[in-house]
Amino acid sequence: MTAAFLVASAFVASAVEFVEALTIVLASGLTRGWRSSLTGLAAATVVLAVIVAALGPTLKLIPIDALRLVVGALLLAFGLQWLRKAILRASGYKPLHDEAAIFAREAAEARSAATDVRAGLDWYGFTLSFKGVLLEGLEVAFIVVTFGSTQGNIGLAALGAGIALVLVAAVGVFVRAPLSRVPENTMKFAVGVMLTTFGIFWATEGVGAHWPGDDASLPGVLAFVVLLAFAAVALLRRRRVAFA
Amino acid sequence: MRFFLFLWDFVVGDDWRAAAGVAVAIGAAAAIVAAGVNDWWLIPLGVAVVLALSLRRETRRAR
Repeated sequence: MTAAFLVASAFVASAVEFVEALTIVLASGLTRGWRSSLTGLAAATVVLAVIVAALGPTLKLIPIDALRLVVGALLLAFGLQWLRKAILRASGYKPLHDEAAIFAREAAEARSAATDVRAGLDWYGFTLSFKGVLLEGLEVAFIVVTFGSTQGNIGLAALGAGIALVLVAAVGVFVRAPLSRVPENTMKFAVGVMLTTFGIFWATEGVGAHWPGDDASLPGVLAFVVLLAFAAVALLRRRRVAFA
Repeated sequence: MRFFLFLWDFVVGDDWRAAAGVAVAIGAAAAIVAAGVNDWWLIPLGVAVVLALSLRRETRRAR
């Protein structure tokens, strides 16, 4: 995988998660106060940094074939969840992800929650922000560590995620509203395709099989997964219309 | 316990059969490679089958 492809993959996958985290931080900040929300964001960021710092060097100790097998299997299980949901959304079997609706729901829940002050912070606002950022961030950490470690360059994968973080945070500060114009459903579809592609590629190398043309076959695997996903969407759309 | 439930949900999600299918495909690919056959095609094929079965289950439930 080229450096540019690694950075781009980590960027797109991370951007989707950061957009979701931003929605939660905004809902918490606008309804419960920015101090608690931003403290929750900072605390979760520290926890995530510790996780990446601990996991990165540990994974370097594992032999590359074993690492690719484990990472490939994990990415396949994880990526197929994304791809399945994206196909179901695109074919109309599942509602589209709507950041504005999620923001409205989170904000309504946050407004109705009782006030509980701990350590000088609104505890609901703090935990809402902390948990939201930690859960979305764990997916980013997982992607950065797995993509980076199998390519022997966690720094480049982290760079892609870092660019996404800065971009989403900057736009979030500027608009102060959920980023509902971001084509999130399309991005989620792309991430599902990417995770599944890399999962197939690395799991196959991990079991000891050799791709025809080695790394040059990666675009072929990508094309296979794209075709599979589009065929599934077309088939399910037709079935849905037939049963309607 | 909650951590393992979280981990299960994170990696496996709501369709454990898909994750099990992936494990079976990888296990079969490893066994065939050990027998001396370069079966690079098996995991992609397994993924296509697992995805199709998972989508079929999900769409039947939705109907």
